[in-house]
Formats: sequence, C-alpha cells, structure tokens
Amino acid sequence: MPRKTMVEAIRDAMDVCMKRDDNVVVFGEDVGYFGGVFRCTQGLQQKYGSNRVFDTPINESGIVGAAVGMAAYGLRPCVEIQFADYMYPAYDQIVSEAARLRYRSNGQFIAPIVVRMPTGGGIFGGQTHSQSPEALFTHVSGLKTVVPSNPYDAKGLLISAIEDNDPVIFLEPKRLYNGPFDGHHERPVTPWARHALGEVPDGHYTVPLGKAAIRREGSAVTVLAYGTMVYVAEAAAEETSIDAEIIDLRTLLPYDLDTIVASVKKTGRCVVVHEATLTSGYGAELSALVQENCFYNLEAPVMRVTGWDTPYPHAQEWDYFPGPARVGRALKAVMEA
Amino acid sequence: MSESKALSFHVPAPAVRPGGTPDFSDVKISSAGEVERPPVDVAPEKIREHAFKIIRVLDRNSQAVGPWAGLLSDAELLEGLRHMMTLRAFDARMQMAQRQGKTSFYMQHMGEEAVSCAFRKALEKGDMNFPTYRQAGLLIADGYPMLDMMNQIYSNELDPMKGRQLPVMYSSREHGFFSISGNLATQYIQAVGWAMASAIKGDSRIAAGWIGDGSTAESDFHAALVFASTYKAPVVLNIVNNQWAISTFQGIARGGSGTFAARGLGFGIPALRVDGNDYPAVHAVAKWAVERARRNLGPTLVEYVTYRVGAHSTSDDPSAYRPKTESDGWPLGDPVLRLKNHLILRGVWSEERHKQAEAEIMSEVIAVQKEAETHGTLHTGPHPSARDMFEGVFEEMPPHLRRQRQQGGV
Ligand SMILES: Cc1ncc(C[n+]2csc(CCOP(=O)(O)OP(=O)(O)O)c2C)c(N)n1
Repeated sequence: MPRKTMVEAIRDAMDVCMKRDDNVVVFGEDVGYFGGVFRCTQGLQQKYGSNRVFDTPINESGIVGAAVGMAAYGLRPCVEIQFADYMYPAYDQIVSEAARLRYRSNGQFIAPIVVRMPTGGGIFGGQTHSQSPEALFTHVSGLKTVVPSNPYDAKGLLISAIEDNDPVIFLEPKRLYNGPFDGHHERPVTPWARHALGEVPDGHYTVPLGKAAIRREGSAVTVLAYGTMVYVAEAAAEETSIDAEIIDLRTLLPYDLDTIVASVKKTGRCVVVHEATLTSGYGAELSALVQENCFYNLEAPVMRVTGWDTPYPHAQEWDYFPGPARVGRALKAVMEA
Repeated sequence: MSESKALSFHVPAPAVRPGGTPDFSDVKISSAGEVERPPVDVAPEKIREHAFKIIRVLDRNSQAVGPWAGLLSDAELLEGLRHMMTLRAFDARMQMAQRQGKTSFYMQHMGEEAVSCAFRKALEKGDMNFPTYRQAGLLIADGYPMLDMMNQIYSNELDPMKGRQLPVMYSSREHGFFSISGNLATQYIQAVGWAMASAIKGDSRIAAGWIGDGSTAESDFHAALVFASTYKAPVVLNIVNNQWAISTFQGIARGGSGTFAARGLGFGIPALRVDGNDYPAVHAVAKWAVERARRNLGPTLVEYVTYRVGAHSTSDDPSAYRPKTESDGWPLGDPVLRLKNHLILRGVWSEERHKQAEAEIMSEVIAVQKEAETHGTLHTGPHPSARDMFEGVFEEMPPHLRRQRQQGGV
C-alpha cells in the first residue's frame, strides 16, 4: 500500500473530494498557486483551476464568512486558516454563523464547510504558532471538531468532514505532518514511511466522525488522548511499563462516549492528556464525563496532564509541552492512588 | 526642537440633542434629476462624484425628473405604493402586538419602506438577499405570506423557525431572503461569498448584501469590500444610512469620511448615493447596480440616504438621545407620501383612493393577524414543542444531545 505523510494524506483527501464533487472548493491564504505554507494544497490549483482552488486576502473572517455564503448557495468549501492561532478573527463567523445557520433557519440554509487549521506545539512556534484552541470549538453547539493523529485517519476523517452536511473544524497537529512525535525532541523524527498508519489507500475511503480508536489495548489505566499526545502516551506507557489502554479520540465532538466508558469500566483508572491549557480545557469535559458515567468503577481520581495555564512560550517549549516524563509520572500516580 | 501642545481628543457629536431644534443643514441634498446616469460599464473612477451626491427622481412638486426617471409604469408604481403601505400597516400592528404582550420584541421600518420594497423589484427570482432586521419590505414586495411573518413574530405553532429565533429574524430561501442573524454585519461578507459561488458555477444569479450605517464600522464590512473588490463578485452592497444606530448618530461610524458610499472608492468599487425615500430613485439605482452585477461587471456600493423615524426597536426610547420632532425636519420627507403625491400628479391615484387603500390594507393585515393568533402568541396558545429545541443543531442528532433531550423529559 502507498505510504504518505500526513501532509500528503490531507492533500489526497481534498483531491479525492474535488474529483468526486464539483461543488468542493478550496481556498485560504497562500493555498492557491503556492500550495500552502505546509504544502497541503500543492498542485491542486494546477489540477482543478483557480475557479476551485484560490488564494484569498489575509482576512480570516472573510475566508470563513465567504465560505458560509458559498455553502448557503450550495457549494462545499474546504478552507484553510494558516495557523489555528489565527482563527480568532473568524471566530464570530464560526460561532455565530456557521454553527447556527441550520438551527436558526430551521434547515433552510446549511453550512457544510470544513475549516482546516494547523494546530499544536512542539515546533518552537512560540505564542502564535503553537496553540491548541479545540475547547473554543467543542463548547460551541452546532460544530463538529476533529483532530487526526496519523495519515490514514487524516485522509479518511477529512473526506468524512468534507462530505458531512455540518460545519467541521479540522485541527491538524502540525508536529505530526511529517512523522509521529512522542515528545522525545532530542531524538530524530521517524518518518511516516516507517509507521503502519502511514499506509494510506488510494482513492475514496472514510473514517467516520464521532468514533474513537484504541491505539494500545491495556488493562491498568485508560488514557484519553488525541493528536500528538497519542504518541506521547504510547511512549509513557512503554517507559513506565504500565499497561495503559490508549484511546485516540479522533473526533472531540461528537465524542465517542461508549468507547471511553467501556475502557474506564475495564481499567478503573483514567488519565486525560492534551497540549492545550488546563483550565476549562477539553480535558475538563472528558474528566466530568468519566466521573459521571464511571463513578462506581473508578479506583482513583481522574488525572489530567496538559499544557500549563500560560501562553505558549518559546524558549521553555519542553518545559511547557506535556512530554512522556510528565505523562509517565501521572500514570504512576494514578496507579498508586 | 519642535514645540508640542497638549493633544485633544475628538468625539463627534450630533448637531442637536433632546430639547434642541432639529437641524439638517449639514445634509447636502442634490436636486432631483441633477445627478447623471452613467452607463453600467462605466469605470469606477469616472463616477467618484456619485459617492457624494444624492440621486433623486421625485422633485418638490412630486414630478419625476432627470435621467433616472421613467423606468416604472403606473401599475408598477401603484404596486410599490401598496407594498410600502402594507409594510407600514404591518409594522403598526406588530408594534402594538408587542405592547400588548403578544410577543417580546419588534423592529419597525417607519420612514425606510421605500428602500427594501423598491430594491426587491429590481431583482429576479433566484437572486439572494442577505438582509438585516430592517428590510422586511424585501419579503412583502416578493409576496412572502404575511401570515408566516406573524407566526415567526409570535413564535407560535406555525413559526417557520420553530420558535428558535427572536422576532423579525425571518428566513426564506424560496423568497431569496437569507436567514437573519443577530450579529451585525456578518451577512455582508456572506453575500459576497454567495455571489462568488454563483460566479464560480457560471450561474446568472446575483446577491445583495445589506448593512446599516452603524454596522459599517464592523470588521466584516471591510472583509466584504475587500473580497468583493478582489474577486469582482456579482453583488450589490447596500448601506442603509438612516442616520442612527440605536442612540449613536451616524458621525460616530462615518468619522471624517465624506459619506458612507465614499468608503467604496478606496476599494475600486463604484459607489452611488441615492435618496432612500424616493421609491423610483431607489428602484432605478438598484436596477443599475443589479445589471452591473448580472453583466459580470462586478460589485456596486449603494448608500440609501434615509431617516429612522421610529424607535430603534420596541426596547428603545429615542427621546432620550434626539429631539422628539427630529423626523419632521428630515428634508427627504416620507417615502409613502412622496410616491402617493407623485401618483396623484400622474392622475392615477387620489386622496380618496389612498384613504380607501389604507383602510383596506389595514383590515387585510388585521385579518391575517387574527388568523395568526389562532395559532398562538408568545405566551398563550399553541407553541413550538420543547422537542423542536433539540432538532436541527446538526443534521442528525448526536448521542449527547439525545441524552440531554431525554433528561429534559421531552
Ligand atoms: C456584533 C453586534 N454588536 C452589537 C449589536 C447590538 N446592536 C443591535 S442593532 C445595533 C445598531 C445597528 O445600527 P445600524 O447598523 O445603523 O442599523 P439600524 O438599526 O439603524 O437599521 C446594535 C449596536 C449586535 N446586534 N451585534
């Protein structure tokens, strides 16, 4: 089977969708002729023409606002925000418009749009190239929020997102674009070519939204993770020899409660990990869900390992990023509790 | 060494406040027939003056004059008058219904009826408006059932929006009326996106964006102008300058710019100003802009100069911030009266027929209102079910919402 990086898989997903459906259009800052600052749209304009793949003015509200208007017309825009850190100017259009259009018009108008944005840290991106704003989307009724962790899922989830009739926020962990990353920044990166999930079938396939995947089966503790933290959790389990069950959530909303609950009922323990800041982060929702649904099975408090409640720093990247050592300590603590 | 004085801070203020004498001497009014009518393919830089003058057709003697006159037949003008009168009667009844507690909120159009009623007649079926909450004339002039509007205002069992939306936030795809949002200006850039989509698909339909003078200060106004200009989108960008944004006079949004229309010039978008209380003028300018869009000549910015005679909404009391009689001094008069007088002058209308039509229209509106009320009002009678509240958030209800609906016991 062909091997692809996450960048190639994402590009392939758009290619497949554009080929199948004339109504799919792709636009954003630098995505046209140049093919995107991360190369995710490389070659698409050449293939489909500038009617369907084009550069936009630097105006995030304009990008999403225009996409909402196009969707109301009947197109299926898949737009790019260059970095998730720059989605704030578009937040009004995302929250007040895209997310509510179906509801407020009683289905007369819908917003089947995908807003792709590179997210997460681990690349010395500093304050405005590292943020993980997923909780600002999962809190919004009417949005679906997706975070893939590997090329296979990235392609299948993005195709599902583009084909979905609701607005989808598609957060791409840019630290994973070229290979899995377990937080050991001192080691060389393994490319996707050497990872099983770097195998990406040609053509059309989907990974359903709202379904988690168990990345590592285990019996001692459940780890709820997504994006880069899936690999950090795998490394932590390995290094502590704790038999953790690692769940890659893939879709944060709607979430896969059944998979989460079944696992925690089995293990009796739960650690939630994400890069985003702690307070009111998505981990709080996960922790509450586990507590509400698994209270009588829990043998320890649910623990969270996350970014600190500070802006994402530059020089202190590895003190900030919740790496395998911190996750490992939490695994041990929850086992001893 | 330069000598520096203390800086002083500038906050624009209207000429008059409550208790003062209304003064519109600063509103420069072109005379009817004065402004030239350029070909639709004119280069924007050739008509820069159109962003500062006011296109007018009906003169002080109710005559239709100049190059923008004569586009509408007697029958069309009579129909336009009826639409405006219907909107006014509708407003009066709904305003009262709010006072009677039959609904929570209403926003009227008093003084601005010509803008939306005349504009609609310049569009074709399939074109899409992205309106604000003050263009219900678009619906009335397109024959959208008044009953549906009232059902929406009453949030009753037949409310097309199932009780989810604040009154007057209508939506009708069929009538080219995009779902209204409470968030100002968001629809302006969406209109541009819709128009871009139409161009991408090689369609012939066009879009119209709507915004008030106050809301032009929002970022999405800028976004819309940039995108419309960049992609030459087939869109008409309408600014309804009714002088007020709640309590804020238009100078706060306009700043040092001569006019709102002039904002288009920096984007290379042809911009025109028109007398918003002059039905034939509004229609003629709308037609011009619509034709430009339809012929793929790109966007047009149109500023409608009018006056918000009524309160901002049923939650507002304008006597707290402007003279009570200010609207009487408004130099562009009343759109209904002006068209009425013109039609009388043409010999196709009379004071009597006008009175009769007024009574007829009012009883029509009252009859529809009675019918609407049999389907419930906000606090009494049948209303949308609590189950409806959970529907339509997504195409399919996700499990967490299904659980919440169960918890809600519905
Ligand atoms: C983003 C946003 N900010 C503030 C408001 C509150 N608000 C509602 S109407 C209004 C005034 C708008 O004035 P204008 O654009 O001139 O339109 P008009 O009401 O005069 O038709 C304000 C401030 C809002 N609805 N949305």
